[in-house]
Amino acid sequence: MTAALTVLYFGAGILFTAGVLLAVVRIVRGPSILDRVIASDVLLTTLLLVIGAEMVVNGHTRTIPLMVVLAATAVFGTIAVARYVSKQDKAAPTSEGGDS
Amino acid sequence: MSIDDILDLIAAICLVFGAFLSLAAGVGLLRFPDALSRLHAATKPQVLGLLFVVTAIALGARSWSTLLALLPVLLFQVLTAPISAHMVGRAGYRTGNFRRDLLIADELEEAVNEASAEADAAGEPVEDRGVGPAPDSTTSATT
Repeated sequence: MTAALTVLYFGAGILFTAGVLLAVVRIVRGPSILDRVIASDVLLTTLLLVIGAEMVVNGHTRTIPLMVVLAATAVFGTIAVARYVSKQDKAAPTSEGGDS
Repeated sequence: MSIDDILDLIAAICLVFGAFLSLAAGVGLLRFPDALSRLHAATKPQVLGLLFVVTAIALGARSWSTLLALLPVLLFQVLTAPISAHMVGRAGYRTGNFRRDLLIADELEEAVNEASAEADAAGEPVEDRGVGPAPDSTTSATT
């Protein structure tokens, strides 16, 4: 029973890690600032999920306030960046079209 | 196998589902062709993934008060995810940061054209509505 739980916890950790790494790759590659802000939004959401998963694995509920604050304030960064995106940040949409 | 074991197992399975949605968002971010498509992939863990993880926490703690404390997390996320998606989508459309050949329909362009035509007929100066050739201005992301 404990072994099954350990396997599931490790599986969840691996999936979280892969998701975060892919989001970081998109932040690095861009090509526009909007792609980067979407990817960092995913990064923050995954952080929220990882904090929750850590509570389940270690069997405590001490970081729930952290989750509440993160969920309430995560939107501000995205809005601030999207509000001030200018046309100068326009990237050639076809520059990465080949890998789709 | 006691009831505690079963609840722990269900919580762990919920965690794996949430983590899988996170991975799906990462794959979508990497593989989708333009910003508006990536916006779609990014919203998967924001609501459903969080729902799974909140369920897992409540099952792991086995208390209703924990679930009550976690409800604001879900509420905030459900309330704010559409706002940020709207802002990013609007900025993406205005800056032309999408691939027009992938669109099936562009109703916003028709609306913008109609509004521009009406403004022309009324003799008003056509303001920059964010599509088409825009003047080279760095402050064009006005509301």
